[in-house]
Amino acid sequence: MSQLQVELVAADRKVWEGEADMVIARTVDGDLGVLPGHTPLLGVLVEGEVQIRAAGGTQTASIDGGFLSVDRDRVIIVAEAVDASKITA
Amino acid sequence: MGAQMRVYRQRIRSVQATKKITRAMELIAASRVVKAQQRVRESSPYARAITRAVSAVATYSDVDHPLTKEHEHVRRAAVLIVTSDRGLAGAYSSSVIKESERLIGELRDEGKEVVPYLVGRKAVGFYKFRRREFAAEWTGFTDQPTFDIAREIGERVVADFTREFDEGGVDEFHVVFTRFVNMVTQEPEVIRMLPLEVVEGEEPPSEDEVLPLYEFEPSAEDVLDALLPKYVAARLYNCLLQAAASELASRQKAMKSATDNAEELIKKYTRLANQARQAEITQEISEIVGGASALADAS
Repeated sequence: MSQLQVELVAADRKVWEGEADMVIARTVDGDLGVLPGHTPLLGVLVEGEVQIRAAGGTQTASIDGGFLSVDRDRVIIVAEAVDASKITA
Repeated sequence: MGAQMRVYRQRIRSVQATKKITRAMELIAASRVVKAQQRVRESSPYARAITRAVSAVATYSDVDHPLTKEHEHVRRAAVLIVTSDRGLAGAYSSSVIKESERLIGELRDEGKEVVPYLVGRKAVGFYKFRRREFAAEWTGFTDQPTFDIAREIGERVVADFTREFDEGGVDEFHVVFTRFVNMVTQEPEVIRMLPLEVVEGEEPPSEDEVLPLYEFEPSAEDVLDALLPKYVAARLYNCLLQAAASELASRQKAMKSATDNAEELIKKYTRLANQARQAEITQEISEIVGGASALADAS
């Protein structure tokens, strides 16, 4: 199965970049999970946690709202402020 | 010591003190400009992601948004002028102000009313001294702008833009700032921020390619509503960062030439002081010789 290319971007820097199996984020309508092969999507995110699940473990970051875009297995999570204290590697 | 020489010595000491200050400012600016350039680079992933998302919405849906709509009759235009808080940066602030005066004149000629928004104490001082009106000011951060300030400016401008003309709203929004080309060149530049034109980013899909069906969560309108103000803030942030880098680069350049000038002056005054000393010695010798021969003649 192909992998997702994930980028987590804050206003003043790129926080994290890498491959993942699944991304979970909270949109205006509720939690949203993205798997490889997802249809192109643009969603507005609300304040909450973003989970990026990869083979090596799960990365979690809190964001203050932003948006998520999915296009050809490329996931970009954009937020103005990202609390990356729980992100490892 | 003769009076002439004392004056020269005093001048040399004063120029030396000034040189120390300008040299220190040059070094500080040089180290900060590197950091400022780095911040410009670090902000680009965010700007790129937002631009790509905005152009995706623009390409894959046909939603109109108040921020992208052109007004038929532009009656009032807002101009944001980005200058520095402090001087001693060569022509940095004055060239931005000059460019803004040109733009304002042009807009007035087109029959538009101009509302200035000011960033940096230099612009505020310029307007206050001439007792001109302005809509808003933001000061105290120009060499290290944060995203929060860009967002604050963005919110204010978007709010003014979406208001009706009769309630004091504006129909256009221009930004005058200094683009950082490289360490030696910084150019004042005007961009029209609102109404938005999305040009860069997403390449148009080719004819035979099937358009991917974009899903919008919750809906295309809501996504645009959330995205466009962020897009404005991201672009403003980029302008502020470039202006900060330009300010520091011009300050470094100005302080370097001030230091060179001080060195030149010290050299010149040292020569003059030496000359004065020699003249004094020569005069003393001729006085002694003259006095001795007068004594010899008398006896």
